[in-house]
Amino acid sequence: MDNEEVLHQQPLVVHDLGHEAHEHHHKETFITKYIFSQDHKMISKQFLITGMIWAVIGGLFSVIFRLELGYPDQTFPFLEDIFGRWAAGGKLDPEFYYAMVTMHGTILVFFVLTAGLSGTFSNFLIPLQVGARDMASPFLNMLSYWFFFAASIVMFSSLFVQTGPASGGWTIYPPLSALGDAMEGSKAGMDLWLASIALFIISVLLGGLNYITTILNLRTKGMYMTRLPLTIWAFFFTAVLGVLTFPVLLSAVILLLFDRHLGTSFYLSDIVIGGKILPNEGGSPILFQHLFWFLGHPEVYIIALPAMGIASEVIATNARKPIFGYMAMVGSLFAIASLSFMVWAHHMFVTGMNPFLGSFFVLLTLLIAVPSAIKVFNWLTTLWKGNIHFTPGMLFSIGFVSLFISGGLTGIWLGNSALDIHLHDTYFVVAHFHLVMGVASMFGMFAGVYHWYPKMFGRHMNHTLAYIHFWVTMIGAYLIFWPMHYEGLAGMPRRYYDFSNWESFKMFSGLNEFISVIALIVFATQFLFIFNFFYSMFKGRKLANPNPWGSNTMEWTTPIHPPHGNWHGEIPEVHRWPYDYGKEGRDFIPQTEPAGANESSH
Amino acid sequence: MNDFFLIAILVLIYVVIFQISKASEYVSILKGEEKARKQNNKINGFLMIAFLIAGLVGVWWCNKLYYPKTLFPQGSASAEGENIDTMLWITIAVTGVVFFITQILLFAFSFRYQESEKRKPLYFTHSNKLELIWTGIPAIVLTVLVVFGLKYWFKFTSDAPKNSQLIEITGHQFGWEIRYPGRDGLLGRKNFKLTDPAKNNPLGVDWADVASHDDLHVATTMHVVVNKPVKLVINSQDVIHDVGLPHFRMKMDAVPGTPTTLWFTPIYTTAQMKEKTGNPDFTYEISCDQMCGKGHFTMRGIIIVESQQEFDGWIVTQKPEYYKAFPALDPSNPHLPVNDSTSKTVAQGVSIKK
Repeated sequence: MDNEEVLHQQPLVVHDLGHEAHEHHHKETFITKYIFSQDHKMISKQFLITGMIWAVIGGLFSVIFRLELGYPDQTFPFLEDIFGRWAAGGKLDPEFYYAMVTMHGTILVFFVLTAGLSGTFSNFLIPLQVGARDMASPFLNMLSYWFFFAASIVMFSSLFVQTGPASGGWTIYPPLSALGDAMEGSKAGMDLWLASIALFIISVLLGGLNYITTILNLRTKGMYMTRLPLTIWAFFFTAVLGVLTFPVLLSAVILLLFDRHLGTSFYLSDIVIGGKILPNEGGSPILFQHLFWFLGHPEVYIIALPAMGIASEVIATNARKPIFGYMAMVGSLFAIASLSFMVWAHHMFVTGMNPFLGSFFVLLTLLIAVPSAIKVFNWLTTLWKGNIHFTPGMLFSIGFVSLFISGGLTGIWLGNSALDIHLHDTYFVVAHFHLVMGVASMFGMFAGVYHWYPKMFGRHMNHTLAYIHFWVTMIGAYLIFWPMHYEGLAGMPRRYYDFSNWESFKMFSGLNEFISVIALIVFATQFLFIFNFFYSMFKGRKLANPNPWGSNTMEWTTPIHPPHGNWHGEIPEVHRWPYDYGKEGRDFIPQTEPAGANESSH
Repeated sequence: MNDFFLIAILVLIYVVIFQISKASEYVSILKGEEKARKQNNKINGFLMIAFLIAGLVGVWWCNKLYYPKTLFPQGSASAEGENIDTMLWITIAVTGVVFFITQILLFAFSFRYQESEKRKPLYFTHSNKLELIWTGIPAIVLTVLVVFGLKYWFKFTSDAPKNSQLIEITGHQFGWEIRYPGRDGLLGRKNFKLTDPAKNNPLGVDWADVASHDDLHVATTMHVVVNKPVKLVINSQDVIHDVGLPHFRMKMDAVPGTPTTLWFTPIYTTAQMKEKTGNPDFTYEISCDQMCGKGHFTMRGIIIVESQQEFDGWIVTQKPEYYKAFPALDPSNPHLPVNDSTSKTVAQGVSIKK
């Protein structure tokens, strides 16, 4: 216990200094408080709001290309007013269509569901829930946001270059992405894409190292690892995944830059393009795919794990019942995280890879279904015989579980290589990943915002708006993505601009139109959320009770407006796990309450 | 003007929703927040069960509408694809059962265990028995699926049968080139540095390889024989493409610098499929399934499956590519120089003539 004591001396010292410095002597200016802030709570809000702006842009792009897919015969003159020559005559240029598709994927995967989700909630909740004054290194934490901001600026600027932004798909497979002659978007837009992602990777690494260090070293007294809320466990594994895999993407990006500008042949061989015979020989485009998916697959868990953590926490709190199988939940997070390193090539079954090698990836991929199933069954058992409060956060968490089931089960189809031969790169895949990692994780993010908004801003969001937001989004998500499975089972390829020339795929025009209309409605509904978010910041009902959901975790023991340093006075000590709901006749028992004399342990 | 009205209506809808929401908040404060919260809880609890029922009806309805448009009703057009369809059905059955059980439990529990003053939630933290059951059962079921899957996977990716017809297909932005070996059954060597469309050598065939002299080259449309395995050797000249054959349930990337292969056995001719699907325009299409540039969606190839006789009738009408590159050497060329005499040319002329 010696180590423990030493560790817990530390925060006290920091606290004393922090208390003095920030509340009495040092006057915070607008710039240090809101812009170059080193307070994890402010940094998390910066991540959240930047992520929301990106979500609107990324969502808007999907609406634009859905217009083309839904109404291939019509023109929309207003598009020409906005996009000029990219939509000459009110019809999207195919090049621009692909740019929209690419940017939609890039923005949503990296900027919204990685930075916006993990960046926001890891930052906000880790110090508050483990009982720390701030991150291990607040300065690196601030840098993490500003690198993300720089990445955002670079990516945003790529929308305005003459030849357009990157357009070869968010997976940027070379040679398409390596050769400017292959596509307009592979010219300047691609360089900006690569630069932006390099900056983004730095941001993820700075953030991730901070999260890991904070969770391991700055827990308050009594907060053993086995007493951490599942949110923290999820953020921990997410950060580990990010730290170990993003550097591999960086190497892929750098080699691609070399191929583009220095004449190397890492990914290029035997190419004749636009009538030119290129000198490159001996490279392999498949090498890029291995490097890319070594990040790319863990990346989907970087997106999904925080949502799982948030859902676990919110479901237990609002079912007024302990999470079922805490250790199994932690174990399955660990299993998912470690297996996710060994399944990347299931994205590459039809690249001509060695079939024997492929069989291992089939086995390991389907193995991931086991911990995923455990999680689902445990969430269901948590609801069973609970006393469920349908707060907006709870609704989105239940929605998350539903979408995770629907999208997760089709993973069993796609992970089985023989079936993947048929289904690969069809709309079946689009339906699968949008449900399981796109919309489901977005639901996790909404759940998090609704649940912790009172802690973030000391006010409530409007619940009626939240209910409308939930139900329209939930119904819309299924209406959009469920029928896409059928398009996939008809063999309809993804990333097609127009299907009307194809005898095999043209029979879905009515459905495509329907999906586009629903997508537009769902997109419009998100503005209710955005409006609610900003309006409630200033006009929302003020919090009367510092613990509005009757929650056990430590963040609710801070004042309604926690100061920089989070707790006035000493950080409370933790005496129990975070899920004592409905124990021995008591609705909830906060983690900071000492065990009673006759109390049974869980 | 129209646009303006549309925007005005949209804004109006937002304002109305917002006003209602704000009003409901005031009402809840007047009524007592706790009471209003409980009322909302009841509404959402009811919506949970309503969503479940509507969702189940929706799943049935969607299936009714779109199942006929999938590839299931027409069946697989290749012998291997029939295995894939079998496996799809097994997987649908397994995942379908899990889907219905878990979704029904999720929404039914949400409805059944909504907040009520009478209920004391159960303090139930873990149960090793339950955990063991729902770790074990998925593990066993998945093992079965993996075994099935790998059995077929190894079958499809094994070497093509000996009697397969060899055909080479090469993708480029944005089209397909198809090459048949001549009588020798061998495809001539290629070298991308020899590519020169101006000299009638768009694929970079190395004419120094004698095996190339009887090879046929056609664009876009591939002819194959029914019930005879086809082995495709797949190439790309520029970026990654993908030979997608949805009716045959097959797919393989075309990777520049790394030839790939794929084989399948077509079991219905194009004419039979027209009858089977009741669609007189039915065509076996090759779709490019890997994003390859702005014309990705136009990269269409065609496969004509026909009887051996029809195929033989077609192939004799085709002229070896060698003679397109060197018309002077073509024996059927009326302008052939009379005494141009290397015995080599004559020999090749003979070997090419059917």
